[in-house]
Amino acid sequence: MKNVIWHILKRIGASLATIFVISVIIFIGVELLPGDVADTVLGQSATPETVEAFRRELKLDLPPHIRYVTWLKNFVQGDFGNSLANKRPVAELISWRFSNTLFLAATTALIAVPLAILLGILAAFYRNTLYDKVISTTTLSFISFPEFFVAYILIALFSVKMELFPSIAMIDPHMGLGRKFYTILLPALTLTCVVTAHMMRQTRAAIINVLASAYIEMAEIKGIRRLRIIIHHAFPNSLSPVINVVAVNLAYLVVGVVIVEVVFVYPGLGQLLVDSVAKRDLPVVQASGLIFSITYIGLNLLADVLSMLSNPKLRQSQF
Amino acid sequence: MLSLLRQSPLSARIGLGIVILNCLVAIFAPWIAPYDETAVVGEVWETVSARFYLGTDHIGRDLFTRMVYGARNTIALAFITTALSFMFGSLLGFVAAVKGGWIDQVLSRLIDVIMSFPTLIFALMILSVLGSSIPTLIFTIALLDSTRVYRLSRAVAMDIEVMEFVEVARLRGEGLWWIIRHEILPNALPPLTAEFGLRFCFVFLFIASLSFLGLGIQPPLADWGGMVRENAGAITFGIFTPLIPAGAIAFLTVGVNMIVDWFLHLSSGLHE
Amino acid sequence: MSTILTIKNLYIEAYSEEAWQPIVKDISLTLKKGEVLGLIGESGAGKSTIGLAAMGYTRQGCRLASGSINLDGVELMGASDEDLRLVRGSKIAYVAQSAAASFNPSHRIIKQHVEAPVQHGIMSYSDAQKEAIKIYRRLFLPNPEKIGFRYPHELSGGQLQRAMVAMAMSCEPQIIVFDEPTTALDVTTQIEVLAAVKEITEKMNKAALYITHDLAVVAQVAHRIMVLRNGRLVEEGETRALIKKPRQAYTRELLNVRSLREDKDQSDKMDVILTIKDVAATYTGEENVLEDINLTVRKGRTVALVGESGSGKSTLARVITGLLPATQGSINFLGEDLPLELKHRTKDNLRRLQMIYQMPDTALNPKQTVRRVIGRPLEFYFGMGGKKAEERIRELLFSIELEPDTYINRMTTELSGGEKQRICIARALAARPDLIICDEVTSALDQLVAEGILDLLQDLQNKTDISYLFITHDLATVKAISDKIVIMLEGKIIEQGEKKKVLSPPHHEYTDKLLSSIPEMDPDWLDNLLDERLDSFI
Repeated sequence: MKNVIWHILKRIGASLATIFVISVIIFIGVELLPGDVADTVLGQSATPETVEAFRRELKLDLPPHIRYVTWLKNFVQGDFGNSLANKRPVAELISWRFSNTLFLAATTALIAVPLAILLGILAAFYRNTLYDKVISTTTLSFISFPEFFVAYILIALFSVKMELFPSIAMIDPHMGLGRKFYTILLPALTLTCVVTAHMMRQTRAAIINVLASAYIEMAEIKGIRRLRIIIHHAFPNSLSPVINVVAVNLAYLVVGVVIVEVVFVYPGLGQLLVDSVAKRDLPVVQASGLIFSITYIGLNLLADVLSMLSNPKLRQSQF
Repeated sequence: MLSLLRQSPLSARIGLGIVILNCLVAIFAPWIAPYDETAVVGEVWETVSARFYLGTDHIGRDLFTRMVYGARNTIALAFITTALSFMFGSLLGFVAAVKGGWIDQVLSRLIDVIMSFPTLIFALMILSVLGSSIPTLIFTIALLDSTRVYRLSRAVAMDIEVMEFVEVARLRGEGLWWIIRHEILPNALPPLTAEFGLRFCFVFLFIASLSFLGLGIQPPLADWGGMVRENAGAITFGIFTPLIPAGAIAFLTVGVNMIVDWFLHLSSGLHE
Repeated sequence: MSTILTIKNLYIEAYSEEAWQPIVKDISLTLKKGEVLGLIGESGAGKSTIGLAAMGYTRQGCRLASGSINLDGVELMGASDEDLRLVRGSKIAYVAQSAAASFNPSHRIIKQHVEAPVQHGIMSYSDAQKEAIKIYRRLFLPNPEKIGFRYPHELSGGQLQRAMVAMAMSCEPQIIVFDEPTTALDVTTQIEVLAAVKEITEKMNKAALYITHDLAVVAQVAHRIMVLRNGRLVEEGETRALIKKPRQAYTRELLNVRSLREDKDQSDKMDVILTIKDVAATYTGEENVLEDINLTVRKGRTVALVGESGSGKSTLARVITGLLPATQGSINFLGEDLPLELKHRTKDNLRRLQMIYQMPDTALNPKQTVRRVIGRPLEFYFGMGGKKAEERIRELLFSIELEPDTYINRMTTELSGGEKQRICIARALAARPDLIICDEVTSALDQLVAEGILDLLQDLQNKTDISYLFITHDLATVKAISDKIVIMLEGKIIEQGEKKKVLSPPHHEYTDKLLSSIPEMDPDWLDNLLDERLDSFI
């Protein structure tokens, strides 16, 4: 057990190191913007005095490493600076949007994960039957589609033709939960389609792999019922690979959310990032980029750790 | 080769047909397109007619022409990028696998770090800093994608490398490049070819997504992803124009995936 | 009625190349209560397939085509899935070749042991547990009360195999099918498992099908033997009678496999070509995997390097070739001290020391033709190309007894195991080496094919005075082919010397154990050995 804990700690350490590296890259990357930041942002009002004031406000006159440390320190404390576009604290801007993104992602996950696992198990179980072939072809198609394609089809179908759901998912903090679900139904559906397809394929492959093991054959030779073999023998050994599949796809979800937010004009962090990139709103870009990265890395870390913990070879008896 | 084709399932043949069709359109674009790539020739969002096979786009250009040129631009860009990413990633992967030792350690750690960034976010940030010129796009995406190629080709090479015939070559005194070229590469081709298909799909979709977000191929060049973005407003009027380029993207990707699936099935033996 | 299993005219087919091909043809057998029937043959004989068919089971891609399988009154051919399920585990049980793969890594041993009796409704959970411990004790497993509560990866190979035998006993079935249960184990561990098998079949009066390719082993445990080849019956009979007077030529060949060869002149006339002095090596830098290694090899002679798994013999081969540099000591080859690391050696150093591997499938690049495989060393070492190379390749093919015209253009994947190994030999010969290290070169081959390879190697040595360092765990091969024997245990050399000297007492304790563990064709051998060793079981 000690061995495992050590491995996990190492893995967490690696992730933290990676986050640091990313923060440095994000910081440097944005600093490398061609042209002077001040000129770009101030545009027409760029007189020497305003430029000077601007620089002082953004502390651009300090050497880069001091700026980096300050930036990081503030970030950790929740101070993301002020948006260049509207002078408001970035933290304020981001927090609501981030919770929206999480809401959308969580809703999707809640539908997609159980659906994908169930379909994957059934497909593995009934592999090479018509059911399996139909599911495989469908999922193959879905993983080939760009998110915006699925999104626009759904909009065309449900918003324009059938007028059932809104094509713009504008939620606000005062909406009730039910109304919120109604509004985000289409974006969540879009995401579900793509993510479920990926997860289902990988789950199916993982389970087929387990089913081909010699101990499964052994159980059959011992005359054990099929159902019990699946639940008792196949399932515990599939846990590790399936958890991995789910966690990795959740990480992917965090990123896929961006496109969907743009299509449906959903007030989430992804849309904010894309807008800020276009407007060169540095503090927002830096902060949201870093937050996305941390979430992504965190989920991958979770995947690895859970995978390590559920590996049967790690079990030890006390004797 | 021909006998392989004869035994292929329906899906693989459909896939092959799709890919060939797209390649032909991309190659012969200037001869197929009735109008100029950026010429405004009609009203906004006209319907399908004899003059405009697919109608017009949001500023009155012939959609069919734009689609044909879009095929050329998007596919060519995706192909070049994938080829670059592939050459780079597989070379490094092979060297890491065969050389082993600290080269492997250093490279793998580095790649691990790059891989742990969310790709889209990273690309967005780099492109926002450096601008979306074609060379930048190619280089950025190739760099990000080569990490996955590295992982796979390293794994494939390691599987081959543990076979004794590689050790035989080593003991003979053969050098690194000879071993990679003659022992590893011929045996790595099947999985690598399948991977090329997969990477192409990913790169293709990725470029389309970036263009959709406004950071990919810049207008007025025709590009399917950008065309979806430009024509997105039509949906609200019940005009389904953006679905055409979006559909074309999906169509090609499905085709490539079908071929890759068949390939994977072939090379894995008859596991199923 | 004491007949418990009757198989009549059984045909089993496998699906390959778009058609159903028969792999078991017209097999009939009967098995009585308390009787052990040995099924023996080389790979592809169909013995495993028949063993599984006895419980109505076929692997993926196979089907029971026709015939009758009657297990204690129940017809299994064409029976429903449920009927088959009821019989399996309870009336007939199976012991697989690989225990490590057959146990679920997520569950404790005892949980998997009691699963069958509990699921079949034969015993309650606690009763089944008590029975399990009883059987563990009977099969001489260490710490029988606690061992069941471990996970599979915590037991050694021999212990796990016995646990699997115990698991097969859990429902007290009438028949047990043993499918090559000791093939993957060391000779000394094999004894433990054979003792367990004897205990079950004799003392507990169970019927058994014992499947193996090793005649000497089956002679110890079976009352009757069926010899199989390519899915057909070659010969069957009562054990002692079959061994004394085999009727078929094929059976005779199998029996003769361990005949000795002529001994060579052991004088010191021949020069020493390889001297290993005080060599030690390590993988991790902390523990030595090899220590105090001293040995010599003479020109034209074969030195057999013997040991069980973990003895360090393969490691020593890697040290000699320079893949794993020795941390101390020296390796003197043909009068010069070799650099300990591979990359510092000259081409000529490398040329004169060649190696042949255990698995011919992975020792040959599947994308190369025979011409390319043999031609490359010619090109690399001698700059030979074109016509000269073509001639020399043909010469070499001829010397390994393969018809040049037939083989020179073939891809290596098209060849059989024995043919591939011959190509590997030709590849080594192409370099005109002085010493060839043979790393378990016959261990993965069928017995008769292996015989052919050993004959070939001996022939080549007689003609060209080439030396061999022959690594093996099979003492029968050692007896047949070596001039000098070196015995290794846990990284050290326990005993070495001329063959005759090493094989005759007095011995080092381990040598004694090792030598006495080789099954002999005498059916009483195991019983005698077990009586001797009864106290020394761990």
